[in-house]
Amino acid sequence: MRTATKLGGALALLAITGVAFAAGGDVGQTVKQETNWTAIAMFVIFVGLTLWITKWAAARTKTAAAFYTAGGGVTGFQNGLAIAGDYMSAASFLGISAAIMANGYDGLIYSIGFLVGWPIITFLLAERLRNLGRFTFADVAGYRFQQGPIRSFAAAGTLVVVLFYLIAQMVGAGQLIKLLFGLDYWVAVVVVGVLMMVYVLFGGMTATTWVQIIKACLLLAGASFMAFAVLFHFGFNVEAMFAKAVEIKTNLALNDPKVIAKAAEQGKDVMEVAKNVGRSIMGPGNFIKDPISAISFGMALMFGTAGLPHILMRFFTVPDAKQARKSVLWATTWIGYFYILTFIIGFGAIIFVLTDPAFLDAKGALKGGNNMAAVHLANALGGNVFLGFMSAVAFATILAVVAGLTLSGASAVSHDLYATLFKEGKADSASELRVSRIATLCLGVVAVLLGIAFEKINVAFMVSLAFAVAASANFPVLLLSVLWKDCTTRGAVTGGFLGLIASVGLTVVSPAVWEDVLGNAKGSAWFPYTSPALFSMLVGFIGTWLFSVLDQSEQAKKERAAYPAQRVRSETGFGAAAASDH
Amino acid sequence: MQNDIYERIRANPKYQRLVQERGRFGWILTIIMLIVYYGYIALIAFDKEFLAKPIGTGVTTLGIPIGVGVILFAIIITGIYVRRANTEFDALTEEILKEVRK
Repeated sequence: MRTATKLGGALALLAITGVAFAAGGDVGQTVKQETNWTAIAMFVIFVGLTLWITKWAAARTKTAAAFYTAGGGVTGFQNGLAIAGDYMSAASFLGISAAIMANGYDGLIYSIGFLVGWPIITFLLAERLRNLGRFTFADVAGYRFQQGPIRSFAAAGTLVVVLFYLIAQMVGAGQLIKLLFGLDYWVAVVVVGVLMMVYVLFGGMTATTWVQIIKACLLLAGASFMAFAVLFHFGFNVEAMFAKAVEIKTNLALNDPKVIAKAAEQGKDVMEVAKNVGRSIMGPGNFIKDPISAISFGMALMFGTAGLPHILMRFFTVPDAKQARKSVLWATTWIGYFYILTFIIGFGAIIFVLTDPAFLDAKGALKGGNNMAAVHLANALGGNVFLGFMSAVAFATILAVVAGLTLSGASAVSHDLYATLFKEGKADSASELRVSRIATLCLGVVAVLLGIAFEKINVAFMVSLAFAVAASANFPVLLLSVLWKDCTTRGAVTGGFLGLIASVGLTVVSPAVWEDVLGNAKGSAWFPYTSPALFSMLVGFIGTWLFSVLDQSEQAKKERAAYPAQRVRSETGFGAAAASDH
Repeated sequence: MQNDIYERIRANPKYQRLVQERGRFGWILTIIMLIVYYGYIALIAFDKEFLAKPIGTGVTTLGIPIGVGVILFAIIITGIYVRRANTEFDALTEEILKEVRK
């Protein structure tokens, strides 16, 4: 069992393959595949099931509260799965396993960054969010502030993050579905848009939560099966698995013209250079270029999580602080487990996919692009039926994530802008619900149009931009308004907007946009680092602090005087919104 | 009326203890998590060789148990906080709320 059966013949065919695959957790550009009927059948079953749930949920979604938070009756365990579902996007499943297949260890560094924000949320925010909030994170950030300015800021912060993230997911969805099901790109984007709108419009948070839970279970089950099947081949001897992967990478490098040329150039033995290439997958490579980029990127991932509106909103679906804490613990556990699985799956792909001519095109590259690593591995391990299953799960994943994002964007419009700002809190539940449905419809259409317009954009880049904005605008305002007694409306709103502008602005003048997108000369970008978070987060925090300290208005005095009461409620939950209205 | 209760909660020494202890506990764990994660990032940024060093004679490097260790650490430290908050601190909160409602 220790050797993949087709290895010998495959290696000869692989002679022309380069090991230098494109890096990064990116879904990227893909090539349309043949129509996969098993996958479509599995997907139809999934859609049928979720539509049936939506019908059931629609009967319970009669009020704005039910629409936003499923009535607050979700348990900690269920919510943990739903949060994990929100977080384990198709881009992370396919992108990270592809990155590990291509570069080995670097993929692990990337996933660790995504995980470590969760403990921080648990220690500093989870119970306070639940105790202070009702429907959106603006309820928390604006608890004692002037509603007009803080709601405008929160809605802006929410919509910017949601739109960036939504574009990333829509483009990823289109590329993937084109690839998995053989549909045209625009058809794929429209299908995702329409289904997502149906879930949110009719089923609100109840349907979105259950779609998320089902998908999280399917994804975890499928990924577990793959990882255990890979480990089983090696008798659960991890060292043997790594050794095999290094051997394969070395053999691939041995026949790589680039490696041969490099060895000749340096006057070294080809075998020696190839061995180094093979061994490089076991340690950090080029993922992190300089220390400042490393720290900045780490901060965006770590603190961005605590500023993602669709994640924050999940804390309002549980009845109390105890369940809120339980839900983050479950979420952290599932997400951590999932990242360990993707690591094994990436190595499995090196061993079973890179060596099998069935998955390679004439040039020796992976059929359909590198992001097909996990999908091809599913085929190698479980045949066509399991391939169909995993393809359907990947599609379901995208659907669930875009539904969650759209719901939080729509809530910002209907709850923060319409009900609180325009109607000054006097909107009745029915009209608020109507506005949130109109907003869902508009956001859905915008998402589809942007998804089609940005077909060629780099998905991983859009995701990291959404995280950077969340970390620089939403997170500082949220944290300081909850934990700092002297924070005022003026400080929070000014600081938040400065953080928002800084994160977007620095991204525009960074190499990725200034040089690659806008076509300016190499080296002309003003901002040399890959992620703006280190600097834009400082702008957000210092801005909020400075303009709060400088604020000596009557309003500021009132807001500071209101802090002790807010503190008591955030710590004890006394007076927090009732659990359920069913 | 509610503000009155808020004042009474604030005056309760148990509330002071709750806020102080839970706050300190949360911040200490936050700092530990930051040290672990940024320590790991600093290792990658400044000493890649260390993580790429094989354990014994095999191909498995030190980076593998360390990386997986950071993941497990994040889960465990979250568990430690949730366990204490959901038992000890929640019991204290219950007591405080019972006392002021009397």
